[in-house]
Formats: sequence, structure tokens, C-alpha cells
Amino acid sequence: MSQHTSRPTGFDSATLTRLQADAAEIVARYPQARSALLPLLHLVQSEEGYVSPHGIEFCADLLDLTAAEVAGVVTFYTQYKRRPNGEYTVGVCTNTLCAIMGGDQIFATLKDHLGVGHDETTDDGTITLEHLECNAACDYAPVVMVNWEFFDNQTPESATALVDGLRSGDLPTPTRGASLCTFKQVSRVLAGFYDGRADEGPAAGPATLAGLEIYREQQEAEREGRHSVRKSPTTEKDGDA
Amino acid sequence: MTMTLTPVLSRIWDQPQSWTLPVYERNEGYQGLRAALQKAPGDVTQMVKDSELRGRGGAGFATGMKWGFIPQGGDKPVYLVVNADESEPGTCKDIPLMMANPHELLEGIVIASYAIRASHAFISVRGEVVHVLRRLQAAVAEAYEAGYAGKDILGSGFDLEIIVHAGAGAYICGEETALLDSLEGRRGQPRLRPPFPAIAGLYASPTVINNVESIASVPSILRHGADWFRAMGTDARDDVADKDKPRFRSKGMTLFSLSGHVNRPGQYEAPMGITLRELLDLSGGVRTGHQLKFWTPGGSSTPILTAEHLDVPMSYEGIVGAGSMLGTKALQIFDETTCVVRAVLRWTEFYAHESCGKCTPCREGTFWLVQILRRLEQGQGDTEDFEKLEDICDTILGRSFCALGDGATSPITSSLEYFKDEYLAHFEHGGCPFDPAAATLFQPSAAQGAGGRTR
Ligand SMILES: Cc1cc2nc3c(=O)[nH]c(=O)nc-3n(C[C@H](O)[C@H](O)[C@H](O)COP(=O)(O)O)c2cc1C
Ligand code: SF4
Ligand code: FES
Repeated sequence: MSQHTSRPTGFDSATLTRLQADAAEIVARYPQARSALLPLLHLVQSEEGYVSPHGIEFCADLLDLTAAEVAGVVTFYTQYKRRPNGEYTVGVCTNTLCAIMGGDQIFATLKDHLGVGHDETTDDGTITLEHLECNAACDYAPVVMVNWEFFDNQTPESATALVDGLRSGDLPTPTRGASLCTFKQVSRVLAGFYDGRADEGPAAGPATLAGLEIYREQQEAEREGRHSVRKSPTTEKDGDA
Repeated sequence: MTMTLTPVLSRIWDQPQSWTLPVYERNEGYQGLRAALQKAPGDVTQMVKDSELRGRGGAGFATGMKWGFIPQGGDKPVYLVVNADESEPGTCKDIPLMMANPHELLEGIVIASYAIRASHAFISVRGEVVHVLRRLQAAVAEAYEAGYAGKDILGSGFDLEIIVHAGAGAYICGEETALLDSLEGRRGQPRLRPPFPAIAGLYASPTVINNVESIASVPSILRHGADWFRAMGTDARDDVADKDKPRFRSKGMTLFSLSGHVNRPGQYEAPMGITLRELLDLSGGVRTGHQLKFWTPGGSSTPILTAEHLDVPMSYEGIVGAGSMLGTKALQIFDETTCVVRAVLRWTEFYAHESCGKCTPCREGTFWLVQILRRLEQGQGDTEDFEKLEDICDTILGRSFCALGDGATSPITSSLEYFKDEYLAHFEHGGCPFDPAAATLFQPSAAQGAGGRTR
């Protein structure tokens, strides 16, 4: 790691010292320093709530890259923000499956309710609204993410209550995940600094366990000597063309 | 074909604290690793070859064969990269797996790294799932503490560093060579092949890239044997295609992810070759009072199928025989309330948005596909637009630099094959004839699956 710390970065010296210690830890994880760039960008985002020009400088200096090289990486990835982000990113999945299951209505409702569009932040700085692509939770559609925690099976009403809670400080609990923390705190976890909260929240939601539960029922039935209780319920009747 | 479910990967997901090491250890955890360390690395690879495990990340490449491509004895380090980017629309198996039981993946990582003699293993997780990241970070710390990772693992003399790495949001980073560039701190754009990653992957060193579910399937093979794994699944002769290629069969259990208009969406672990009809029967079927209209067998990049394909075995060969691909086994189910044009437009917008821009057919092609589909959806298109769509798809398919471009054409060409009338109906109606409210989860008459499940 190079130490061109003489260049002004815009961070005060105490902050800079702290960030440099964190950055050294990140760089040390990888066989080659450049691999640290994505986590380093999450780190500077955890400090400022977005990737600022001096955040870019900080990363560039550390890895012996030009600011343009770093900026080229920043613009490629949607999770890096170029403007100060709200305290909570509220992302509504509007990829096909969630959209059809109601994600489009949820996004439209929130847009109206909050008075902001995609990638815009409410005036009080609380919420940045986004529409998301598929977030690997389609069996819980329609899905809303708040700071990358799952809020499953949402409706326009539940999503409205959700953002109202965020704005009033009465924080809603994710369906699967830990209690909410701020955008900056989450960015620090993304940078690879564990916050000690893995044990919060359930192992799985009901959809994750659907197959296992049916299997357990089948085992139970077998133990009790009942045979083939499960007859085709719906596909022959409704599911067939 | 049997109608049983076979929870192996999912077997402890319903236990309290299932993500912790003590719970995993009480449930055969790390016994596969102990068995592996008794063998020579080459014998572990051979066992995975014998199991006929094929990659669960979409392409179905034989896992043991991939490991066998790694040159041994060179002076370069070897790397394992686990693809935990899961973002193919519809795909939702790896994230819940890592959330509920990250140790199954970690055990697989140590076994695989031992087999290919890797010094470092990277888990490259998409950045948009912070709690999964925490569970992985905590599990890796537990594994180091217990001597399953780090130096001299379980006294074997084998050393391995495991690094959890969060991405920053870009679908293309799931493509394996783009993933490598991203892991090297660059824009995630696909690389030219050859050289293949087995020869020059991460940091130009020999690298194996495997999907989460592929690697998580390895401990059970070591615990129970290749024959046990191979006893599940299909023989080539059961399937429609590839009758003369007995090596390529679809073996083992796998996670099928059911989503959309069904009474009980979720993860269903079953043998390869189960049919959609069987799975729907087991799970309570299509949303009550509605009929299956179309479905994807493996995410949005696999051509859609219809109710006429309910009895196709969901194996690699079976689904290819029906004109699609098994992909990630992401079964997105849409009933008759869904407008196919709207669905296809939205997927196409996704591909246009996620195109990395490196090659012209995909960058330009996906842009134009969106323009034409928007027109069609608004009822302003004409029949010449069908030709244009097919022409553009022709130009993209097989001519784009990576498989994202190919995938972008799948929903379009397959929907034109099965649902051309519905596109035409948009002209006649002067717009979309469907009521989007009727398709939603919270549509009152959907009745929350009332009576859908027979117990
Ligand atoms: C655009 C695109 C996105 C992909 N996304 C993923 C992904 O998120 N996860 C994954 O495992 N494979 C993904 N793949 C497939 C990988 O390139 C690769 O084939 C796979 O990780 C290999 O693992 P396997 O052999 O264990 O299946 C993607 C491919 C393409 C073309
Ligand atoms: S096909 Fe699309 S995503 Fe793939 S390299 Fe070309 S432009 Fe990039
Ligand atoms: S489509 Fe919304 S989570 Fe997959």
C-alpha cells in the first residue's frame, strides 16, 4: 500500500487516521491490493453517505490509481451513490415477477406518498427511493428492501406504513434480517466489518421452509401408517390448460 | 418418477440457530471435510466426478471435470471463487441457503479447495443482501476458530484463507469472468476466452468458479458417497434429448424455487427430473381459481414454457428437449391474469439496463428491443415489428460477447412462438387488454390461497 497522504483529501486528520487504519485492514485481506477497491468504496460511503470526490481521491491514493480509474469503477456499480443518500434506501423490486405481483403498484404508491422519484431523496434526508432489479427473494414477491434488509410480501398499504415508520423514527422490523441500521452503518458491513448482529432475525421465512415443511408432514404421515395422503389438489383441475 | 422431496441442503433450515456452528456440527457438519482429508486431493475430485454433480449456476457444467482442469504442480497459486452473486431474475435459492446454513457452503469450500489445492477461497456475494453477509462473516470466523479454516486445517497440513467479498450491484458480475474483474477491483466486464479461468483466472492464476449450490452440494457427497448422490435424478434414457450421451445425465437433489401465482411459493428440494406438475401437486398448485399460463424453468434467460410442458422432466436434458434450458431452476409461475407482453417488456428493460456495453450487438440490440416492445405494449406497433424483433434477436444471439445477450433474446423469441396472438390483441385493443390489479398478490379475489392447499 502506498502512502501519499500529503495530498489533501478533504477528511480531517482524525477521520483520515481512522479511515487509513480501516483501509489497511481491508487491503490486507487480499492477495493483491487492487481487489480492495470495492470494499474501500463501501468504506468511504460509510463515512459520508455517498462516494464523494475526496472519497475517490482517498481510494486512488491508497491503491496507486488515478482518480479517473476509480471514478470509472464507481459509476459502474449501482450501490455507489454520487450524491448524499438518505438515511434509508427504500428499494422496491420492479423486475417482472415482483412487478406483476404488485411491485409496480407499490412503487407508484410510494412515489406519490413521498413525493420523490427513482433515486431521489426526501427533503428531510430520511429516505432515498429506488426501484430495484430482482433481489433473489422472488418467493416472497412483492419485495421491498430497506437498507438491504428484506421486507417480504408487501402491499401498497404495508409499504406506506413502512416508510411512515422510517420517517417518524418508529423503525419497522425486517421480515428476515437484523433490526434496521442506517445507510452508513450498512455500508460499513459491506466493507467487510462485521457488526456482531448475525444472530438477529430468523433462519428463514415461511417460503424458504415450504418444501421442508411438506416433507416433514409426509414423514409424519408415514410414521402414523397413513399412505399417500397427498392427492393432486389443483393442477388437474385448475393448473392444466 | 417419484414424487418425493429430498431435503439435504435444506435439512436443518427449520432448526433454531441453524446458521451457527454447533447446530451444524450436531447435524453431520464438517464430517464430509473429515472424510475428504483422509483422501488424496485427486481422489476427492474423482469422487465428485463419479457423483455426476453438475453446476447449479445455470450452465450445468460437470463440477468434478471443472476441478480436474486445474493444472497442478505449477508455481502459481490456485484460487476458488464462489459465485454468490445470485441475480438472474427469478432465482432465489443461494441467498436463503447462505442465510439459513452458511456452514454447508463453507464446508464445501474447504473440501473443494483441498481437492484443487487452492490457497485462497473467495465468496463473492452480491452487495444487496446485508444479513446474508453478516451470517457469512460470522460463520467464517467460527470456522477459523474451530480449525476448519486457516492454517493446518484439522491437523492435515492444508492451509486455506477464506475471504467474504461484497459486490456493489451489477447483474453482469454474475458472469464468471466479469466476476473475476470485479473481484480484482475493476468494472465488471466479461473477458475474452481463451484463456479459460482454469488456466488464467483471478490474478491470471488457475481459478475454479462455482455456484453456491454446487459447492454446498459437495459435503453431502463426501458424507454419503457418490453412489448415494447418483441414485437421485434421471438417466439419459428417461429424458427427451441426448439419448446417446450417457455421461450427461442429471443427478442428485437440487433446489427448485417456486414463485409467482402459486398457492405456496418457496424452496423445494427434490431430485432432478421431477416435473412441474408433480411439484405443483406437492405444493398446492397454481393460485386457486386460476390456470397456469406460462413459466420459466430457470430464470428469465431461459425461454418460457407453457401448460403443455407440465410433464417435462426438469432435468438438463429434459428441458432442452422442450426447447428451453434448466438454468437455475427458478420456476416463475404466471397465471392467465398476466400480460405476456408486459412481462417480456420488463425483462427486456432489465437486460438493456444491465448490458455492460462492451459489445455492440447487445448494447445496441437491447436498446432497440425495448423501443419496439414499448410500442407494441402501448398498442402502437404493427406486424412488421415482429420481424424487426426477430431480426434483432438473430443479430444478438450467438454474436454477443457473453451469455447476457443470448439470454435477453429468450423471453422475446419464446413469447412470440407461444403468444403471438396476445401481441396482436394489443394492436386491436389499442393498448394492453389486461387489468394489472388482477395479477397482484393483494388482489381481493385472489383470496390468499384459500383452500388451495389440501392437507
Ligand atoms: C449474465 C450472467 C449472469 C450470471 N449470474 C450468475 C450468478 O448470479 N450466479 C451464478 O452462480 N452463476 C451465474 N452465471 C453463470 C456463471 O457464469 C458460471 O457459469 C457459474 O457461476 C459456474 O458455476 P457452476 O459451474 O457451479 O454452475 C451467470 C452467467 C451470465 C452470463
Ligand atoms: S453481451 Fe452484453 S453484457 Fe455481455 S459483454 Fe456484450 S454488452 Fe456486455
Ligand atoms: S423479481 Fe423481485 S425479488 Fe426476484
